[in-house]
Amino acid sequence: MKDITRQQRRAVLLGLGLLLATAVLLLLGASVGSTGLESLTRMRLDPLALQIVWDIRLPRTVGAWLAGALLGLAGAVAQGLFRNPLADPYLLGSASGASLGVALALLLLGALPATSLIAPWLLHLGLTGAAFLGAVAAVLLTLALARGVQHTLRLLLAGVVVGVVLGALGSLTMLLAPEVMQTLQAFILGSTGLVDWTACALMAGVLLPCLIVAWAFSHVLDGLSLGEATAASLGLPVSSMRAALVVVLALATGTAVAQTGLIGFVGLAAPHLVRSVAKTTHGRLIFLSSLMGGVLLTAADTLARWLLAPQELPVGVLTAVLGGGYLLWLMHRQGSGGRLP
Amino acid sequence: MKPIALHASAIRARLGNVEVLHGIDLALPAGRWTSIVGPNGAGKSTLLKVLAHLLPHEGSVTLLGQPLATLGQRARARQLAWLGQSEVAGDDLAVFDVAMLGRLPHQPWLGTPSAADLAAVEQALRATQAWDWRGRTLGQLSGGERQRVLLARALAVQAQVLLMDEPLANLDPPHQADWLLLVRELVAAGKTVVSVLHEISLALQADELVLMAQGRVRYQGACADAATHRALEQVFDQRIAIHALAGQYVALPRP
Repeated sequence: MKDITRQQRRAVLLGLGLLLATAVLLLLGASVGSTGLESLTRMRLDPLALQIVWDIRLPRTVGAWLAGALLGLAGAVAQGLFRNPLADPYLLGSASGASLGVALALLLLGALPATSLIAPWLLHLGLTGAAFLGAVAAVLLTLALARGVQHTLRLLLAGVVVGVVLGALGSLTMLLAPEVMQTLQAFILGSTGLVDWTACALMAGVLLPCLIVAWAFSHVLDGLSLGEATAASLGLPVSSMRAALVVVLALATGTAVAQTGLIGFVGLAAPHLVRSVAKTTHGRLIFLSSLMGGVLLTAADTLARWLLAPQELPVGVLTAVLGGGYLLWLMHRQGSGGRLP
Repeated sequence: MKPIALHASAIRARLGNVEVLHGIDLALPAGRWTSIVGPNGAGKSTLLKVLAHLLPHEGSVTLLGQPLATLGQRARARQLAWLGQSEVAGDDLAVFDVAMLGRLPHQPWLGTPSAADLAAVEQALRATQAWDWRGRTLGQLSGGERQRVLLARALAVQAQVLLMDEPLANLDPPHQADWLLLVRELVAAGKTVVSVLHEISLALQADELVLMAQGRVRYQGACADAATHRALEQVFDQRIAIHALAGQYVALPRP
């Protein structure tokens, strides 16, 4: 059992390491911003500094972690469900659905007479809702086109079709109404700037049940990795469980996208990074990938706020650059005799 | 009358829009090893999938006297194990975890492996000489080594009936011989083994032979019978000849 325990020990160590990284990053996230570390040290005396830390920095740091965790979880589920290491959470069309939803909402808002009278929080809530509805509608459309969740390949192809068509519609909206372009572009690049405590509570409220359901069905993902027929021969009710996992995938992705926009590569890279450290069953991968996603996005978000402070980079740009670099490194390793982890 | 492990009647099955099995009636004796052979495209793998209840079909199959359709999924999975042909396998799962998947039908939902599960997995991995790599992942193994792990996964189910589709794919001759011994042990212990094999000489080591061609069963008989050998030559268009050699039978190509 020596090898088995070694892999298990690595998984446990990775989990502890990621928890530690989370704690450090939360602290870092609270100290980085346009007013610098000063706000953290003067927090006790200065109510403004306290407000900056408590109402701006902490919720967006915690929010980045939660959105990353949702994407990491969705990535692990997607890669297991589609038995494809390159699957990412946006595979079922949720990304383009969400951006089309935001584009249409912006268009609608522009057509309203007194937009300036609407409270900003209501505006934010409306856009968040539109993104979520768009993401869920896109997944439902994909499922309808694929006629259910039975056929993996059909599901993948339908997801690609929905992604391309809805993406084109989103671009068309942008072309017809150039005034929505800037807001939409900001959404597509992804940002944690608008995340408040309510958004955090919402994401946490979705993350927890999604984690539990994904963990409860992790045996199905293990079984599926040996092929669908083998999984069925083991007595696993493959289709109903697959439907449940698709719901988890759609819900986790839709919630993250609605709060933080289209942040790329976190969902793709998190499970890969976990597997490159410890090979483990999906029961553990689900949790580790979630933790990894949270750590990745919090780190990227802190970096995005710190690199050009007091200016900040859109975090989506940073994850795309870092994620792209990681995939290139992976490719290079594969080319020199390694394998995709 | 011999007890019957699997009884199929009036089986019709299609792959896409093409009917592949055209009305198959078949009774496979319990406690015996039956090999299914036939030319490419005869419908052997499809039949095996129908027998394992993995493919929609017309007609009915009974397993040890019970209709498969009325048997619960888990109850069926405990009694009947299936090993597929060149199934894609997750490269990231450890060998031990793969074999443990064979115990899923025995484990309560979300339950942890019992001592019996651990013992069954160890026994199965030792039986296929895969125990030494239990900590490695499938991605780190060769084709033949991987096949032995998948075989162990099927053995770990400890089912009464074991269906195997091309179980010898990628196995070297010593491990093919080991597989023969393993099957004989299983049969001696009262289990039923059904295998699809393309290697005729190995298939002739079985107790019974089922010959298939063009989606139909053409012949069923004991492997030692001369009539079976003639039928075998006929199914393969007289392109092979069966010879007796050192107390065994071998199929050689006819020039």
